[in-house]
Amino acid sequence: MSSTNEAGTGCTIECSGLRVATTGGREVLHGVDYAVAPGEILALVGESGSGKTTAALAALGHFRAGLAHTGGSIRFDGHTESHEDLLTLPAATLRGVRGRLVSYVPQDPALSLNPLLRIGTQVSEVLVAHGYDGDVDERVREVLTDVGLDCDESFLHRYPHQLSGGQQQRVGIAAAFANRPDVVVLDEPTTGLDVTTQDLVLDTVRDLVTRSRTAALYITHDLAVVAGLADRVAVMQAGEVVEAGTVRQVLTTPEHPYTRSLIAAVPDLDRIVERDTVASGADAGTPLLQVSGAGKSYGRATVLDGIDLELWPGECLMLLGESGSGKTTLARGLAGLLDLDTGSLALRGEPLTTPRSYVQLRSVQYVFQSPFASLNPRRTVAGSLEVPLRHLTDLDAPARRARVVDMLGQVRLDETFAGRYPGGLSGGERQRAAIARALVTAPDVLVCDEVTSALDVSVQAAIVDLLATVRRELGTAMLFVTHNIALAREVADRIAVLQGGRIVEQGTVEEVLANPQHAYTRQLLEHTPSMAAVR
Amino acid sequence: MSAPAVPAGLLRRTFRRRQARIGAVLTLVVVAVALLGPVLGPLLTGYGVDDFAGRPFRPDGVAGTDDLGRDVLTRFLAGGGPVLLYALAATAIGIVGGAIAGMLAGYSAGDRTSRLDSLIMRGGDVLLSFPQLVLALLAVAVLGSSGWLLVLVIGITHIPRVARVARQATLSVAGQDYVLAARMYGVPRRRILATEVLPNITGPLMVELGLRLTYSIGYVASLSFLGLGVQPPAADWGLQINENRIALIVTPWGVLLPVLAIAVLTVGTNMITDALAKESADTTGEAPA
Amino acid sequence: MSLLTTMIMKRLLVSVLVLLVVSLLIFAATLLLPGDPARAILGQQATPERVAALTEQLGLDRPAWERYLSWLGGVLTGDLGFSAATQGPVSELLGGRIAASALLLVLTALISTPVALALGTWAATRRGTRTDSALSGASLVLAALPEFVIGVLLVILFATSVLQILPSVTIARPGEPVWARPEQLVLPVLTLALVVIPYVVRMTRATLSEALDAGFVEMARLKGLPERTVLVRHAVPHTIGPVAQVLALQLAWLAGGVVVVEFLFRYPGVGQALIDAVANRDVQVVQAITLIIAAFYVLVNLAADVAGILADPRIRHASGGGA
Repeated sequence: MSSTNEAGTGCTIECSGLRVATTGGREVLHGVDYAVAPGEILALVGESGSGKTTAALAALGHFRAGLAHTGGSIRFDGHTESHEDLLTLPAATLRGVRGRLVSYVPQDPALSLNPLLRIGTQVSEVLVAHGYDGDVDERVREVLTDVGLDCDESFLHRYPHQLSGGQQQRVGIAAAFANRPDVVVLDEPTTGLDVTTQDLVLDTVRDLVTRSRTAALYITHDLAVVAGLADRVAVMQAGEVVEAGTVRQVLTTPEHPYTRSLIAAVPDLDRIVERDTVASGADAGTPLLQVSGAGKSYGRATVLDGIDLELWPGECLMLLGESGSGKTTLARGLAGLLDLDTGSLALRGEPLTTPRSYVQLRSVQYVFQSPFASLNPRRTVAGSLEVPLRHLTDLDAPARRARVVDMLGQVRLDETFAGRYPGGLSGGERQRAAIARALVTAPDVLVCDEVTSALDVSVQAAIVDLLATVRRELGTAMLFVTHNIALAREVADRIAVLQGGRIVEQGTVEEVLANPQHAYTRQLLEHTPSMAAVR
Repeated sequence: MSAPAVPAGLLRRTFRRRQARIGAVLTLVVVAVALLGPVLGPLLTGYGVDDFAGRPFRPDGVAGTDDLGRDVLTRFLAGGGPVLLYALAATAIGIVGGAIAGMLAGYSAGDRTSRLDSLIMRGGDVLLSFPQLVLALLAVAVLGSSGWLLVLVIGITHIPRVARVARQATLSVAGQDYVLAARMYGVPRRRILATEVLPNITGPLMVELGLRLTYSIGYVASLSFLGLGVQPPAADWGLQINENRIALIVTPWGVLLPVLAIAVLTVGTNMITDALAKESADTTGEAPA
Repeated sequence: MSLLTTMIMKRLLVSVLVLLVVSLLIFAATLLLPGDPARAILGQQATPERVAALTEQLGLDRPAWERYLSWLGGVLTGDLGFSAATQGPVSELLGGRIAASALLLVLTALISTPVALALGTWAATRRGTRTDSALSGASLVLAALPEFVIGVLLVILFATSVLQILPSVTIARPGEPVWARPEQLVLPVLTLALVVIPYVVRMTRATLSEALDAGFVEMARLKGLPERTVLVRHAVPHTIGPVAQVLALQLAWLAGGVVVVEFLFRYPGVGQALIDAVANRDVQVVQAITLIIAAFYVLVNLAADVAGILADPRIRHASGGGA
């Protein structure tokens, strides 16, 4: 079962020629190679559907339901034992490897922690299962301290639902490092965490890997994170590794066109973008949309607390806030999707009524975050685009039809898309259709709520471009709601920073980025990962 | 992040499954017997439905005679109509009523100012506190036995059960952004329910349809079997079992034929239903193994 | 008050309210009854004087709401009304029959629960295998069959045509307890069990399969935990709530199922009494029995919901009485 490392590559884990196919016979990995040395972090980068998670889970000899291993091997050469090929090990031996020699940190801790078991149990069970020769309780406390969590009795007795997202993720990391494994596979462990927490988790990972000389395989779609964390990087596209090398090499002198396009798509705070200046403030006359004293509470929780905001004609205002800041509530309040408790809204100086008139509904339009949920799967694209026209305008059927085709052209979707259903469209195409639906009534204000966060980076860049073009062509003012400050230069003229239901800072993009006034803004800027780390 | 399963072509995909095809064949055989039997029976056996063929419980003819001396086979061939008709009618009432009640409840569940949801669901709880058969018996005791009363009672008792499923499905759809979008565009509630919600909950509703049909057949047949459904001298499978069961040892066909017909029918509809359920839960879109 | 007690109290209150409305519904049904209840009890030959006397004795001349209250009061104190058929109190008629029906229910539950849970778990852990599909197919067929069909087939198989080893109907003499001849219980209990088991098997398999597909089970396997621990510690606890619901639903369903089965086997229980009372239009007996069955139904569902609430630590360990 054990053998010494005769090849002598020095890598702890080495995957070669890995092929995986669905049980239906479609191949999803076409011969993937990667290797990780002790104390090294290899980032496996790719967009959704690239097969990065499948490739990484193979390191634990695990293939998800519906997938089967069809070729290639994974050699393991740890500090204490070696295996020629993890994929041919008998089930019982493989079980002894998982969690002890090779461990896994899952993407979504909310789904991967058992809601019915206490935190202490979920960390200690991995020690008990592999016969840890030491004091289990002591090791649990030690490893929880390592990841920056409390380790007192009361914390160990908590259930997952009593922890924050960041704490849950650190419990997952603690369980993965408990047995001091030789290899750790981290599957996008910071998804859904805000930038400050993400930074802390990444620091923890870096620290643990260096201290215990673990080989780490870090799966991510975020090149900016890679720049600050990894030693080497392998770029995956459609089931293949298209480029691999050191982080500096790949990110500064990419060779494969796909890598280049990925890098170009990453929003960058330091990139200089040419834009026309848009008049705002007193010299621009009446604000297009004015919010004064907006407030909203759910029960005892105050979500919005006295928001004052102006949107000027033709400008793009970035509303920046992390999860829980109230940004979606504010955006939906502006779009009339929900009623605010206090405060007043005015469009061109005229107060917005509740319920809104057809003219007002036409003038302020809203684009939803996820294009996978915002289009009725049982309607054609044209059918969805026609809904606002039918209910908010007097256009007859041929006129509506013409307007729909016109609008599809505006978002760069050709006429053939009119008769298609959302199920047959990619995420980017769906979001284009959703944007077209919002623009079809020729609004003055477009509220875009995290419209790129459900999309891959390259698609995100294309959508941001599209929005800029459309705004230039139509002169629509935009409120761009996001958690990602890195997009600021690409999209916005001004920024309003929202924290805990209040606007803590407001100003032009230049002012806020160059000279942030509020501590929270400074903190955000400091923790946002950037490609600059390799330059 | 993923949208709910789209039941486009659900029926087509369902009948690609072997199980659904077997179910369809079983169901069609029994339906054919029920539809053609009343015509074919007298031609095959030479006896009318109410004709006396001989003395009671004699093994004369193909399947013997019944408690009054009528030909069992003729009466069997003629007896499938009532159970099919009543079961279909009861199912229709249950599905239509349940879908409407469930969609209204589910759609108004998010609205704090509306009490419609709790009103509908609590009303349903009351109906749900009776086994369906027991409520039907209560109705028969008070109003006397009649076919259409049974249809009404069984249909009504289906409503809260279907409504629960429809409400659950509506809740998951009503939270989707495309429904919110339709609201934002001022689309009226009836239209939202008809064009945004209903097309997206046909999967669970189809499954309920099959399930309720299977149960309706069982209830209608059971009530006739208890002597409280279809009344003599009509020819009906449930009633026929009731009439002939005392002579099970002498002339078993009088019981066995209708029992088998009901068994084949319910097994057939249930197989189709199960295939529907599997297919609408399957979102991978890959062909069944 | 903790969230736990709040939720249980709320659930309890709902049950009480539902029962109250149920009793109102059952009482209101009798108002639809055509003709004179007193005449119905005494028969067509009774003199007008006797009818008038009984009308007064039964309080039929009082307004409906008064009669409802006194009926409800009677039910709560054990007075279930008067049977026209036996000319005696309903409680006397039902006394022994409730015990006989309860015996059927308890025996069925005791036999079917462990069998069904074991089969469901067994199938869920062997998904996709030949034995799993055979079991699924069998339970699909059985689940489709109405109880009298299963009953008749069992009678043909074990009592009349194929084998003659069990009695096809209840053979106890009146007054003799049903358990005096245990062999007569076999077919009724077997029929009920065969109706209940497939549902519980299917639901157990489905809930356990869902738990086995959950992210935390994949994580447990990736931690290298033994498969037994994965199943017992990580997957099975998630099925307690839903499976308790299904068990309760089946037990409650049995309360309706016994009606047909008791009729088929001429078993002297509550169900048989209900059929007789419906056939005779003995309304007070029908009222009493439907109320008893509904109460049983509501109580069992209450127990299942409480079990579900208790099995969830998110409720047990919630702080304060929040939403």
